[in-house]
Amino acid sequence: MSELNKVMVEKYRNDFLKEVEANVEEGNWVKMCMQCGVCSGSCPFGPYWEHPPQELFMMIRAGKREEVLASESMWMCTSCYNCIVRCPRELPITHIMHGLANYAHRLGIAPKMNPTRRFAKLFWENIIKGGRVNELKLSIGLYFMDGFSNGVKKGLEMLPVGLGMFKTGRLNPFGLLSGGKCKGAGDIHKMLKKAKEIENRRKGFAP
Amino acid sequence: MADIKIGAYVCKGCGLGERLNTAQLITVAQREGKAQVVREHEFLCSGAGVSMIRQDIEKEGVNHVVIAACSRRAKTEAFGFDNVAISRANLREGVIWVQPDTEEAKEVTQEMAADYVRMGCAEVTKMQAPQTNPSHGNNKRILIVGGGISGMTSAIEAAKAGYEVLLVEKTGALGGWVAKLHKRIPSHEPYADPMETGVPGLGRQIEADKRIKVYLNSTVSRTSGAPGQFSVDISKESGGTSTENIGSIIMASGFELYDVNKLPELGGGKSPDVVDQAGLEKLARAANGAPIKRPSDGKEIKSVVFVQCAGQRDPSGKHLAYCSGHCCNTSIKQAMYFKDSNPNVDTMVIYTDLRTPGNGEDFYRSAQRKGVTFIKGTVSEVVPGAELQVKFKDLILNDDAVAKADLVVLATGMVANSGVDIDAAEGAPNIQGQGAGSEAKTVSILNLTYRQGKDLPLLKHGFNDSHFICFPYETRRTGIYSCGPVRRPMDAQQAIEDATGAALKAIQAAENAALGRAAHPRSGDLSFPTFRREGCTQCKRCTVECPFGAIDEDEQRYPQFNESRCRRCGTCMGACPVRVISFENYSVDTVGYQLKSVDMPDQFSEKPRILVLACENDAYPALDMAAMNKIQYSAFARVIPVRCLGSVNTIWINDALTSGYDGVVLMGCQKGENYQCHFVKGSEIAQTRMSKIDDTLKGMSLEVERVRTCEVAITDIQRAPKIINEMAETIQKIGLSPMKF
Repeated sequence: MSELNKVMVEKYRNDFLKEVEANVEEGNWVKMCMQCGVCSGSCPFGPYWEHPPQELFMMIRAGKREEVLASESMWMCTSCYNCIVRCPRELPITHIMHGLANYAHRLGIAPKMNPTRRFAKLFWENIIKGGRVNELKLSIGLYFMDGFSNGVKKGLEMLPVGLGMFKTGRLNPFGLLSGGKCKGAGDIHKMLKKAKEIENRRKGFAP
Repeated sequence: MADIKIGAYVCKGCGLGERLNTAQLITVAQREGKAQVVREHEFLCSGAGVSMIRQDIEKEGVNHVVIAACSRRAKTEAFGFDNVAISRANLREGVIWVQPDTEEAKEVTQEMAADYVRMGCAEVTKMQAPQTNPSHGNNKRILIVGGGISGMTSAIEAAKAGYEVLLVEKTGALGGWVAKLHKRIPSHEPYADPMETGVPGLGRQIEADKRIKVYLNSTVSRTSGAPGQFSVDISKESGGTSTENIGSIIMASGFELYDVNKLPELGGGKSPDVVDQAGLEKLARAANGAPIKRPSDGKEIKSVVFVQCAGQRDPSGKHLAYCSGHCCNTSIKQAMYFKDSNPNVDTMVIYTDLRTPGNGEDFYRSAQRKGVTFIKGTVSEVVPGAELQVKFKDLILNDDAVAKADLVVLATGMVANSGVDIDAAEGAPNIQGQGAGSEAKTVSILNLTYRQGKDLPLLKHGFNDSHFICFPYETRRTGIYSCGPVRRPMDAQQAIEDATGAALKAIQAAENAALGRAAHPRSGDLSFPTFRREGCTQCKRCTVECPFGAIDEDEQRYPQFNESRCRRCGTCMGACPVRVISFENYSVDTVGYQLKSVDMPDQFSEKPRILVLACENDAYPALDMAAMNKIQYSAFARVIPVRCLGSVNTIWINDALTSGYDGVVLMGCQKGENYQCHFVKGSEIAQTRMSKIDDTLKGMSLEVERVRTCEVAITDIQRAPKIINEMAETIQKIGLSPMKF
C-alpha cells in the first residue's frame, strides 16, 4: 500500500463518500445521483463496464473503497459526454469518472495493466517532455507497450500506413531523433512542477 | 294533461335543408306527431328562429316544444326555454353527419330523420316541464366533521365566503396530526427546508371568526335529512347533545397511522429506538432544534436509518397494499431535522422507489445536498439492541448489507378514518380489498340514519369513494363531501387544497338544494322522482339500488324519496319492476313511447331497426363527436339518450323486441373499481340486470346476439359507431326479427 493511500485510509476511516468529495475532481456531485440509470443506459460502452457510473456512485455511498478504486470501470470512459448531456440531475459524470481514475492512480491502487491507464501515462510522459506531442515516438511507444516481439509485429502491420504518410509529407522519420520540442520547454516543466505542488497542497497529497 | 300543445320546429340550417326533405318532416310531425304548431326555419338557433319559437310559446300557448335540429348537447342556451317541456330530435349529429351524402343513401337518411321527428314528438307528449322540488330546505350552514388541518382550512374558507360553519372535533384541541408535527414539508419556493406547520395561525383565525362555531370533545351522533335540511346531533364527550340544522356537510375525519406493532420483523414494538414517523416528530418537538436524543437511553443520536414503505405497498396482503404518498417527503424532512442541527449525523433513507410528488423533487435534491444518503433497497429485518442493525438488500448493487443505527424510523402508512364499512357483510373481518392490513372499524363518523348505512360508502382500501380525476370531492351521499386523507392518502399541503375544494363543493350543494336543484352531475336539474303509491309493491329494489342512498322507507315501508339527496340518475326508475317511478321529463313512458313511435318496416324490407340506448354522459357525446368527425354508422340505428344506463328499465328492451326491433345496443360507462359511471353504480347495476336478458330472449325464441351491452368511454369516437355497425352485421347474419307485425 502506497504511503498516500495509508494516509487517506487513516484520514477518512470508513467515510469513502467524504474522501471522494474532498479528493476527486467534481466528487462533491456524487451524493446528488438519484440512481435513475440514464448514464449507464446512455454509455456506448455500457454493457462492457463491470460497474457502470450509476453503480459506482452507489458503491461510493456504500463505502466500497477498495472495489471502486481498484476497478477498471472508470477507465472505460471515452469522454463522449452522452451521460453528462442526459443526466437529469446534471452530474458531470465524465469528469467524475476521470477524477476517480486519476485519484486511484495517484494512490497507486489503479490496475497496473489497464491499457487506458498505460496509454494515458505514455501520452503524459511524451507531452511534458517537449511541451508538444511527438506522434512518432508516441505510436512506437504504443506498439512496444506489450513487449518487443509484439511491437515488431504491430510496426510491420502499420508499415504501409506509415509509408503512405511519409510519401505525402505527413510523417517525418527524423522526428525520432530531433524530438520536436517547443520553445521554452523548460518553462513548461517549471509550470507543471508548480501546478503539481499546488494540487498536492490543496488535496493534502504532499508528504 | 289536457292542454298539451306541441310545437314542432324543423331547422334547415347546417345543411339540413339540402340533405333532407324538411317539408315531409313537417308533415310527419303534424300527422303522426300530433303537433299543433309546425314550422320550419332557415336557421333555427338564430335570433329570429328563437324568437319565432318564443312567440309561439307566448302567443299560441305552445307548452311542449320539439326542436328538430342539432344534438341536444348543442345550442343549449339558444333552445333553453323556461317552463316548457323540450325534446330535441337530433337530425344533424344523429342523421346527416353520420350518413353519406349520396343519391342511394337519400331514402334511408330521410327515413332516419323522420323517425327522429316521430320520436321527438312521442317523447314530448309524455313529458312535463319540470317544476322545482317542493320539499327542499333553505339551510346553508356547513358542518365540518374533523378539526385537523383539512377541517380547519375548510372552516376558514367557507366562513370567508360568508357561510356559517360548525366545526366538530372529537379531541380537546384543533390541529389534528399536523399540530403534532415539529415542522412540515415545504409548500413554497425554494422547497429546500422544512417549514412551520401554520396550525397556530389557523387556530387564531378560527377563534377570531364569528361565523365559525367550534365543538371540541364532540362527535356527530346522528345525521338525518338531506342537503339544505340536515338535522345533526352533536354529542359532547361529557354528555349533552345539541341538535343543529345544517345545509351541507364536509367529512374531514383524517387518518390513523398503521400500527407499528404489526411490524415486529422491522423492530416495531421490540425496541424503544424503533419509532414511526409520528414518534420521531415527538422526539424532534422535544429537542426543539437541539440534537435529538433517543428514547431508550437519552443518548444523542449520531446515526439514523429511515425505512420507507414499512408495512405499505405490500403484495403479500399482510399489510397495506397501497402507497401513502407523503412518507418519502416526510422522511426527507425528518432526515433534515438531524442534518440541520448537526451535519455529521449519519442519515440514511432506504427506499424501493422514492416518490416525491409535486415539488418534492426539489426537496429531495436539497436533502442530498445536505448529505442525506439515499439507498435503494429493501429492509428485511431490524435487529434490536444497543446499536440497532438494519439488514437490507441493496437493489442497485444486488448485495446484502447491514447498516448500524442509533435510531430507526419506520415510514408506516395512512389508514383512513372513514367510519364503518357499510358494504361489508356483518361480521366480515376485513375491509374489502384492503388485505389484512387493517380491521374494519366499528365507530361510525356520521351516524347517518340513511337506509343504506351509517357512513359514506368506501371505494377500496377503506378510503371514501370518490372519482379521483373526474369528481374528486363527490361522495355517494349528496351534500356530504369528504376531503383530506380520509379520501386518499395525502400530505398537509394537498389536504389544504383538498379542503378548499370541498368547502366550495359544500357551498354549491347548499345553494343548489335551496333552489331545489340537483347537484353534480346533473347540476341545475329541476326534475325529481315521484312514484305512484297505489302501484308500489314495496319490493325495496329502489331503496337498495339507489347509488346515493337517497331513498329511505317510511313507516308503512313505502319508499321515501329524499329529493334533495337525489342526483336524478333514474336508477330507481330502471329498477322498479312495476314501473311506478318517474321524473317529470324522464320516465318509462318518455323512452317507451319514443321507441314505439319508430316506423317499423316489415320483415321482408331488408331494413332492420337497431335501438341504441346511449348514456348521455359518455356514449352519447362520443357518438356526437363521431358525427363531428363524419364517422358514419348504420342508417338503421335509432339512438335514444338515457340519463344513465342504470335508468334503463328492462321493459324497454322487451317493448323494443316485441315491436320488431332487430337489435338493441346499450352503451354505458365503465364499471367496477376504475369506474367511469357518473352515477358510480348505475352502469354496474344495468349490466347485472342485462345479464338476465338472455332468458327473456330465449323465451321469445330470439337469438341472444340481438341484445348487446357494452362499456363506452367518451373517447371511444371510433369504437362507438363500430359497435353499432357490428350489430348491423350481426343482424344481417342472423336475419331480421320475426316479431314485426
